Amino acid sequence: MSRGLHDPSFERDACGVGFVADIKGNRTRSIVDDGLELLRRLSHRAACGADPDTGDGAGILIQLPERFLRAEAAKAGLDLPVGRRFAVAQVFLPVDPVQRAACEQTLVEVVVEEGQRVIGWRDVPTDPAHVGSVAKQVMPVFRQLFIGMRRVPPSAWERTLFVIRKLAENRVADRGADPDRYFHVASLSTETIVYKGLLLPRQLPAFFVDLEAPEIASAIALVHSRFSTNTFPTWDLAQPFRYIAHNGEINTLRGNTNWMQARRSQLKSAKFHGGLERLFPIIVPGKSDSAQFDNMVELLTLGGRALPHAMMMMIPEAEMPGMDEDRKAFYRYASSLVEPWDGPATIAFSDGQIVGATLDRNGLRPARWTITTDNRVILASETGVIDVPPERVHSKGRLQPGMMFLVDTSEGRIVDDAELKREVAGRFPYRKWLDKNVFEMHELPEVSPPERIAGESLFRLARAHGYTDEDVELILEPMAATGKEPVGSMGTDTPLAVLSDRAPSLGSYFHQLFAQVTNPAIDPIREALVMSLETTMGPDGNTFDETPEQCHQLNLRGPVIDNADLARIKHAHEGVFEPVTLSMVYPVAAGDDGLASAIARLRRAAELAIDEGHNLLILSDRGVDAAHVAIPAILALSAVQQHLVREGTRMQAGLVVETADCREVHDVALLIGFGAAAVNPYLALDLVCELVTQGRVPGPPEAAIARYLHALDDGLLKVMSKMGISTVQSYRGAQLFEAVGLDGGMVERHFTNTPSRIGGLGLAELGREALARHERGYGRSAAAIADELPVGGLYQWRRRGEPHKWNPATVATLQAAVRLADRERFAEFERLCDEEDESAVTLRGLLELVPAGAPISIDEVEPVSSIVKRFVTGAMSFGSISAEAHETLAIAMNRLGARSNSGEGGEEPHRFELDDNGDSRRSAIKQIASGRFGVTTHYLVNADDLQIKVAQGAKPGEGGQLPGNKVDERIARVRCSTPGVTLISPPPHHDIYSIEDLAQLIYDLTAVNPKARVSVKLVSEAGVGTIAAGVAKARAGAVVIAGYEGGTGAAPLSSIKRAGLPWELGLAETQQVLVANRLRDRVRVQVDGGLRTSRDVIVAALLGAEEYGVATAALIATGCIMLRKCHLNTCSVGIATQDPRLRENFVGTPEDVVHLFTFMAEQVRQRLAALGVRSLDELIGRAELLQVRATDHWKLRTLDLSALLASAPGRFVAAVPHDLGDHVDHDLIRRAEPALSGGKSVELALPIDNSRRAVGTLLSGEIARRHGAKGLPDGSINVRLSGSAGQSFGAFLAPGVSLELCGDANDYVGKGMSGGRIVVYPPATARFAPEANVIIGNVVLYGATAGELYASGLAGERFAVRNSGARAVVEGVGDHGCEYMTGGVVVILGPVGRNFAAGMSGGTAYVYDPQHALRSRTNLEMVELESLVDESEMWLVHSMIEAHVRLTSSPLGRRIYDNWEHLIARFVKVMPTDYKRVLQARRAAARRPAGLTLVTGTGG
Amino acid sequence: MGKPTGFIEWRRLLPKKRAVAERTHDWREVEDVHGPLEHDALRHQAGRCMGCGIPFCMQGCPLGNPIPDFADLVWKDRWFDAHKRLAATNDFPEFTGRLCPAPCEGSCVLGIDGAPVTIEAIEKQIAEHAFAEGWITAHPPRTRTGKRIAIVGSGPAGLAAANQLNRAGHSVIVYEAAAKIGGLLRYGIPDFKIEKYVVDRRLAILEAEGIEFRTRIAVGRDPTWSVLRAEHDAVVIAIGATRPRDLAVPGRELPGVLIAMDYLCDQNDSGARHSVAGKRVIILGGGDTGSDCLGTAHRQGAAHVTQIELLPAPPDRRTSSNPWPAWPLIFRTSSSQEEGGERTFAFRTTRLEGTDKLETLVGVDIDRHEEIRLPVDTLILALGFTGPDTSTLVDQLGVALDARGNIAVDARFATTIPGVHAAGDAHRGASLIVWAIAEGRELARHVDAALRAGPSVIPTVGQDQPFR
Repeated sequence: MSRGLHDPSFERDACGVGFVADIKGNRTRSIVDDGLELLRRLSHRAACGADPDTGDGAGILIQLPERFLRAEAAKAGLDLPVGRRFAVAQVFLPVDPVQRAACEQTLVEVVVEEGQRVIGWRDVPTDPAHVGSVAKQVMPVFRQLFIGMRRVPPSAWERTLFVIRKLAENRVADRGADPDRYFHVASLSTETIVYKGLLLPRQLPAFFVDLEAPEIASAIALVHSRFSTNTFPTWDLAQPFRYIAHNGEINTLRGNTNWMQARRSQLKSAKFHGGLERLFPIIVPGKSDSAQFDNMVELLTLGGRALPHAMMMMIPEAEMPGMDEDRKAFYRYASSLVEPWDGPATIAFSDGQIVGATLDRNGLRPARWTITTDNRVILASETGVIDVPPERVHSKGRLQPGMMFLVDTSEGRIVDDAELKREVAGRFPYRKWLDKNVFEMHELPEVSPPERIAGESLFRLARAHGYTDEDVELILEPMAATGKEPVGSMGTDTPLAVLSDRAPSLGSYFHQLFAQVTNPAIDPIREALVMSLETTMGPDGNTFDETPEQCHQLNLRGPVIDNADLARIKHAHEGVFEPVTLSMVYPVAAGDDGLASAIARLRRAAELAIDEGHNLLILSDRGVDAAHVAIPAILALSAVQQHLVREGTRMQAGLVVETADCREVHDVALLIGFGAAAVNPYLALDLVCELVTQGRVPGPPEAAIARYLHALDDGLLKVMSKMGISTVQSYRGAQLFEAVGLDGGMVERHFTNTPSRIGGLGLAELGREALARHERGYGRSAAAIADELPVGGLYQWRRRGEPHKWNPATVATLQAAVRLADRERFAEFERLCDEEDESAVTLRGLLELVPAGAPISIDEVEPVSSIVKRFVTGAMSFGSISAEAHETLAIAMNRLGARSNSGEGGEEPHRFELDDNGDSRRSAIKQIASGRFGVTTHYLVNADDLQIKVAQGAKPGEGGQLPGNKVDERIARVRCSTPGVTLISPPPHHDIYSIEDLAQLIYDLTAVNPKARVSVKLVSEAGVGTIAAGVAKARAGAVVIAGYEGGTGAAPLSSIKRAGLPWELGLAETQQVLVANRLRDRVRVQVDGGLRTSRDVIVAALLGAEEYGVATAALIATGCIMLRKCHLNTCSVGIATQDPRLRENFVGTPEDVVHLFTFMAEQVRQRLAALGVRSLDELIGRAELLQVRATDHWKLRTLDLSALLASAPGRFVAAVPHDLGDHVDHDLIRRAEPALSGGKSVELALPIDNSRRAVGTLLSGEIARRHGAKGLPDGSINVRLSGSAGQSFGAFLAPGVSLELCGDANDYVGKGMSGGRIVVYPPATARFAPEANVIIGNVVLYGATAGELYASGLAGERFAVRNSGARAVVEGVGDHGCEYMTGGVVVILGPVGRNFAAGMSGGTAYVYDPQHALRSRTNLEMVELESLVDESEMWLVHSMIEAHVRLTSSPLGRRIYDNWEHLIARFVKVMPTDYKRVLQARRAAARRPAGLTLVTGTGG
Repeated sequence: MGKPTGFIEWRRLLPKKRAVAERTHDWREVEDVHGPLEHDALRHQAGRCMGCGIPFCMQGCPLGNPIPDFADLVWKDRWFDAHKRLAATNDFPEFTGRLCPAPCEGSCVLGIDGAPVTIEAIEKQIAEHAFAEGWITAHPPRTRTGKRIAIVGSGPAGLAAANQLNRAGHSVIVYEAAAKIGGLLRYGIPDFKIEKYVVDRRLAILEAEGIEFRTRIAVGRDPTWSVLRAEHDAVVIAIGATRPRDLAVPGRELPGVLIAMDYLCDQNDSGARHSVAGKRVIILGGGDTGSDCLGTAHRQGAAHVTQIELLPAPPDRRTSSNPWPAWPLIFRTSSSQEEGGERTFAFRTTRLEGTDKLETLVGVDIDRHEEIRLPVDTLILALGFTGPDTSTLVDQLGVALDARGNIAVDARFATTIPGVHAAGDAHRGASLIVWAIAEGRELARHVDAALRAGPSVIPTVGQDQPFR
């Protein structure tokens, strides 16, 4: 779909993946059967779209079944050569006979040209009865081509086949033989064959009849089940690909493919017959990330590296202290040959002999393995996917972050991670090579930097580069003074750059992309161990070669460098560096058009410099003066980058930018993101020195600069982590931005492949803006203003600054209107807003409404009472705002029959009861956010709408923090935490790293409260429509599209301004994609982000929304005056504060809010009448009723909003029924009735397998509904289960339920547990040692608030993440254990992984640590390690271990219990510092006389 | 943004005034110019500013003064920067810091609860600090445009326009009918509110920067407006709104009835002609001019002073129909009213009686419908103004007037006659000094733009959207 806002490149997929293998290489039918069974058992990880029988894709890769094929070929009259001297191409072909013949002919032709023998074709038998109707419409024809080997050494055979495939693909494309792109070679190998298609897992073997054949045999079966967000069904994107099957997401794809393109001239390999050049593009554009990953793996493998070696290059481990030096050196060396492909990933791979899997550095996808006593290996996204009798289990485990699991069927053994990596890392003396060839900055000779710019000329230059007072006071000064990026609140309400009349910097036309749903953001602070800013610079080598010279590079500790370092680089003629400085300035006299010629000149200069052998190009804008203006740095850099990429010479040089343009984090991110290796923000640095001179920032200047650079570094890490990228090496050039308001052609040329969807400024207009900025510095009026800067007014309203939607007039008028119940004033308010909008503050202001027909009488229009039901208030937590404000909104919305949103801070249970006057303080929408604060079973059952907040407009991709001074007794109680202790919300939901995870959470929430609608809140960005389609497929009832405007939360200023898009774009895209996928009728679409008038509502309806969120305007109605100080707890009107003195100032009433929404609905009604329609429903998605207002404004007239207006009508019709029909809890609830109603206790038993998910959750919801938060007495319902439990075992468990599982469990055990008990132990017949066995998966006890868990075995990563009350005993945990924990007690009897207790602010962990390994594995930022001395604590740990032994019969527990007196000293207590301080203060307070209150927090 | 918790920690504190007993015996300013608030106390007051996301004060101020910015700078003890910020938008902060009724404080967010930041005191202190440190010195423009501009009237509007146009490089001549420059500042406002050295101090700077002042020139007589216009590239009318509103009741002609402005001007000149020493005085009009008369009368030694207001007394707190951030219509007590005298509200004067001079004022208590007779020697009419004196203007130039008799101008402050502009009270009717300065500045920008036939170099005061 090219029309509209959607672009297929936004599409994402994730999935279930796994393999079964016979270690000894015995090829059997049973391995194939197991593979197919495994695939079926992962069905819930796949998806289907509007057509329930059309899957997103399923497939299997097996060893070439020689015997079977030989027989089949014979049937077709073909004679296959003896031995393995033939290969099979599994080909997808066009349906059209002419096109098919052309494709076949081309393939055959290439085979012959490459000297190989065409044996003949075989039709692949299929049974189309087993395929959905949508899939059938686009189904290709399946044929196999047998190719005989001729005159090729066996070692080059696969490579020859690769060349044949590439040439055939390119030739088919070049000839236009296949206009609908059916042609696809699923596999072409002598080793493997792939059967795959747009199928559901169960359909695969029935469709491909071959797979049912008894003769089919293989020692390897690698399978994949796909959950895609794609718009158009495609058969070829089903997996496995030729070498891999991928579950996850490559975040850096754009960069990775760019860099491979950029390497074109460097890629040389004699191994490929006829050279590589004719095979380009190696990485086929427009395919999925997984497909492109496969392309790269294939290239590296066929180029001579072993498959594991290629994997190590592409998905390197995070460098850890203690990592083997050789391995470290290997990774460093490899990084100069290929950039990491970064993102969450389980990649299973096979070349037909080996089969294995590797996990990304952060362990963001699950992978569990089982080795059986009969030499089989089963590895999959889940455990329990193949039934193995306990006595046949040899061992079980999970893939750990960065680790690889490898089976070599030819050697008949499992190759250990350490061994295989040692082997790869030991191939060459990488360490020596690095020592010799990689330079550190201090090894370059010292050179004195240019003189500091100071005084008036400094400010002139700053003005000429568009600096404002705010840039200096609100950005530079705090960063240089504190080393941190400044924080603000209440969102943004200023115009998009393209709508601004103030010639904003080119950087502000770019918006940062961020991760939502399909990949998780990272916490760059708490999970710093996986992050790296280290970067190298210089020429890159030939990816195929491994020679010492390949790593001739300069190593930088971070990409932002000071003036001294840049001077060193400029003069680094030592050794191999040949730097050259290219000027970015051009004459002012050249006028508006000067920019285009300046860029052309610069590009030529860069090209020439490389031809001359320069390998460090420094783009510099020093030299701006009255006669010279600079090309905006980001434009210059990207234009050079893209030009050199196209030329294929980019990798011959490193790019450095020396620029005055760069001042804030966003500027750095842009320059790096578009390809710079290093940035020197010289003007900002000189300004920092000036601030020191003025006494505004503490000196000395070097220290201030260091702090400023530190703030930029941290900010860059945050921007990267928002996208889920861990290393700057892979962020570089990844282009993770969307341009808004830039001409498409210009972007395609100079920012190639960056989305820019509404047109906008070209070079002439940008040149004009550059001159306008220059004028401020050197124009006529500049002399008079000496050292002053323009006011700015971007972050705060200023009388002479940028216009804001919320300004004194709009705020005052709205408040007067609601306070005085004055409709006239409200109309006046709307008039003020509309006038502002029309003067181009928002995109919607550029649009005007077209009546659908003649005006009708207002009496015919739907009543106000039905319109107001569509309104919701924004999610604002109790905690971020006061109880008074929170409850006022709830009461008002309930009076209206509309809905308020709890936000992410829980809700006091008394609010679930009605007030005496009939008012209800209950929020109809309960939010589930990443912190899971107060998310108890009871909370969840008291909701009409359960909203999963994936992102929020103010800071998409980031977590949050409620400062300790805002956490009073009451808030702590609701959030299940400790007063005075800071609460951290992680950036991602730790149970949503991908789309199938989201589906799981939706399933869990539906289970706990089947009556509530589940909605998912996303933030507008390019591609959000695709995510929304995934959300709809995941069976959400509504999708919320939040714009970046508005937003009430506290966030770094650069996040408020630079991430996310206006809702207009996200909403229209969502509507377009949902309609195109026939998914629109099953979900409601809600929009929020700066809506405040009836006109906003109408425009939103026309673009596709049926519900409307209003937050800021509602707060203003209650008295908010946009102080933007929400994060300081000093809100003077008592809204965003918990200070009792200030809360007294709160004057808002429910009536105020009722007036707001009633007036708004009345205005909506009038507009409906004027438009000639009777209800909002008649307008949903009818973008044809919008047209672009005529304008002759020189900027606005460049815009093209047609894509925005390409929405199609379509609205919610009926929800998809939930898929709880066969949930085991229905049975449990029935059988537990005596306990549920009669106070008796019941004992139940049943077997389960991994397809049984969220066991106990439905039952727990029932308990909470009937018995409230307190649930049932302990021991009321006891359920014994056996087998492998599916995901979310015991999620949201309620008090009174005990789940005892004999077997093992997958991810999310005890998620949101609110009481009860979970016990997991291995079967008595198991042969392995329980304490060495992984028994429960990742992210166990996430957000648990109470209850107990005992597990006799190891847990995966992120055990007890965000636990705030549960008690647990476990025998070892993976990485990031007890992360963000705020309460509860965790006893760990075995090893802990890395980064233990990161962000842990409450609760206690006790770790049995006989090896003294804990300290090195603990993140000590927030916790202290102590020995266990307190009697009562000893008693506590002792009693928990006693219970553990009693309940699980754990042998390890028994040993410790029996030797308690000796072993007690080996326990280490992990105690959060903050928590300890508060507890001590409490104890002290308890000793003090009454009347004194506990002082918490630090204030101000 | 001041100190985040400053407004919680520190109460609103105003500069101390001198004791009534002391100050009514001299003509010096009511506030002690040289130390209104202790250094830290003032800093704390500035620290109370919250640096609002929307500084309503800035909109409340006709000049659009960057109040949060300079308050923050004072809090941080960066006085020079504070001075620069303030001077960038306000030509005469030492005037407004004394005389402005501070609408900014009415719209200060802390004013919602009744204790706004003491913006005016901070402003005044910044200005005085700057003078004391010698930061305010003459900076004549480096180049001249060669354009000549006549400014008629030397009140705050004329002076602001003159200052801006002169800085922009034009040659500015200010014509004043009176003997001295300053207009209302010098003649209309008593010393106890602004001592005249404050005006002279500023005039010296303006003069040193190259503005030419011509006094005792009655434009309209000699030269005529037409001549003036012919001799200059632009003419700016800033003649104020001097026509007093009169009292149309029987007995008005009796000796002993004075017009307020005559009374105040006399005191500013010599005080000889209209002294009310020992007399019973009634002032009609409860506004600022009335208060100025009241303070003057006390200082002249009046036996008894009564101030009468036609309207009823306003409420002590905002009513719901007068919500923040609109100007608070509440009961106020001026410094002169603190000094004594009676205040009567809701009283309409019906006639004046006396044989050969004024003896009794007769009026009606509007609430009680009851006639009241008050003995009086001197009656001062402080009933406001009806507009500018435009007789010669209309005759000689044909300048159009608006419905209220003020000079009609367009959005660029241009009158109907090309090259002739008007600002301040002459165009908007009697108003605040801060409005006069604001209009003078904005007018200057448009005149400058017109003379350059291009964008002006003079900064704008920004768009004003008054609170309703």
